[in-house]
Amino acid sequence: MVQTNSVPSASRRRIKTGRIQRQNNLIGYLFLSPWLVGFFLFTLLPILASLVLAFTDYDLFTPPQWIGLNNFKRMFFEDGRYWRSVRATFYYVFTAVPLRLVVALAVAMLLNQGRRLVSVYRAAYYAPSILGGSVAVAVMWRQVWGGRNLGLINFILQSLGLPYVNWLANPRTAIWTLITLAAWQFGSPMLIFLAGLKQIPVELYEAAAIDGAGGWGRFTRITLPMLSPVIFFNLVMQMISGFLVFTQAYLVTGGRPLDTTLFYALYLYLRAFEVHEMGYGSAMAWVLLGVIAIFTALLFRSSSAWVYYESGGGIGG
Amino acid sequence: MSAAETGKRSARRLSKKTKERIKAVVYHVMVTSSCFIMLYPIFWMVASSLKETSEIWTRASSLIPSKVTFQHYIEGWAGFGNITFATFYKNSLIYASVATIASVASSACVAYAFAKIRFAGRGFWFSVMLLTLMLPGQVLMIPQYIVFSKLGWINTYRPLLIPRFFGNAFFIFLIVQFMRGIPNELDEAAEIDGCSKIGIFFKIILPLIQPALITAAIFSFYWTWEDFMGPLIYLQNPHLYTVSLAIRSYSDPSTGTDWGSIFAMSTLSLVPVFIVFIAFQRYLVQGISTTGIRG
Repeated sequence: MVQTNSVPSASRRRIKTGRIQRQNNLIGYLFLSPWLVGFFLFTLLPILASLVLAFTDYDLFTPPQWIGLNNFKRMFFEDGRYWRSVRATFYYVFTAVPLRLVVALAVAMLLNQGRRLVSVYRAAYYAPSILGGSVAVAVMWRQVWGGRNLGLINFILQSLGLPYVNWLANPRTAIWTLITLAAWQFGSPMLIFLAGLKQIPVELYEAAAIDGAGGWGRFTRITLPMLSPVIFFNLVMQMISGFLVFTQAYLVTGGRPLDTTLFYALYLYLRAFEVHEMGYGSAMAWVLLGVIAIFTALLFRSSSAWVYYESGGGIGG
Repeated sequence: MSAAETGKRSARRLSKKTKERIKAVVYHVMVTSSCFIMLYPIFWMVASSLKETSEIWTRASSLIPSKVTFQHYIEGWAGFGNITFATFYKNSLIYASVATIASVASSACVAYAFAKIRFAGRGFWFSVMLLTLMLPGQVLMIPQYIVFSKLGWINTYRPLLIPRFFGNAFFIFLIVQFMRGIPNELDEAAEIDGCSKIGIFFKIILPLIQPALITAAIFSFYWTWEDFMGPLIYLQNPHLYTVSLAIRSYSDPSTGTDWGSIFAMSTLSLVPVFIVFIAFQRYLVQGISTTGIRG
């Protein structure tokens, strides 16, 4: 039916939709207001304040002093601890994150075989991750590796007649106590991988099997490409949280020995909250933000080369 | 088909079946043993908390105490500086429950605006909100601390609780995703029947999004219960300590040597987390699988 709009009804409709739109705006912003107010008070204003603070010297008690780029100069050229913290953080991100993802993928594939008891296993593998952020586990982990005592691992080594290692005091091994802790908590990337694996059509594997592809071939030719968007997502999220790791380092190693586990967030905390260098801490936070942004951007740039998205046309495979 | 052929085929089928069974056994043995190795440190902590002090390090790797004792739980509960763990648990429970109720309720309101109301600027604000998800807390921490300390809020729960009343970007995103699955016809029909947008939210949407609310509440509970940095920065008075802070102080390398009690209190602090995990595992798995939230 051809619609013949007479002028009055059209304008009436416009008035009506205008009124509805205004009402929608009113109600929309009413419901949005908690977040909007919070965003201005607890996010936007602090960001701006932090940007200004980065160029000041401020100890919380005397008024802040503008010192230009001095914080950054000190950070990059004078502060040896700063560079040790950068080194420790990169070491951690480039070992712990891949390790955690590899373990997560391996276990996810193990659990994706449609066998019985999978939900029980899934819960068991996930349990360390849910407990992992807690102080209790960090305290326990310290005792696993040594602490003030011999530690659980050394006890086992000794009873096997092997020499024990002072894991936490040795500058070469201390960071690995934290990397293993990270690898141990692979639960959430595992669940995300598991959800991704379930999306891969079984026909693909069947077709590959007919073509004579072995297990490894099926993994590299089908599983990895089909899973690449999920791998990408996990990589981005885990990398960001890797750069920010604090609690575990604070509790298990405290940055010792010789600053080999002095992660960036830990050093930032020490500067800002133990010696009250609020300006320097803010400058450090902005550099951290910049580094995370650059690495995230790099990952996104690289994704076109290795992340496979099925065409949106709906013709899969 | 001859009888001999049928017999051969059934024999092959049988051998295939036994092969499959052996495979299954190998699989379950492998997975169970690796689960056990994974969980061993946790079992070890629980076992150590039940061992007698002399036994904790002399029979360290054993998971079965030669004599079970609850002495460490009694000693540990006494806490330090005349403050028992009852105080710390009370603090943690109040902190976790207020924070959870506040952030889930406010996030649900905001999610309703994003998912169901077409207001001007909706897309813009939604992308701003997603951007804040990427923002490291370190950037906000220092200015927030300065303001809260100028307000005299150090050694109160205000800096930890008040921001929770303004929605949490993770939870808003999670609930928006869930609300988008509710057909628009449903609230349109209610609107035609004369129900206001506010009425629709309370009468139709809220009851339908319960699973998302539960998921958000579980995560909120975990993050608050295990929160360490927030209390570490803002709470210096031991009377205000959360369980996390208390265990940190209690196990401080310079003072803590009573490992039985430290393990006992650590084990106890995981009990609420564990109960919630067992009870709501399904929601957790769903929440992580669909949104990628870290647990």
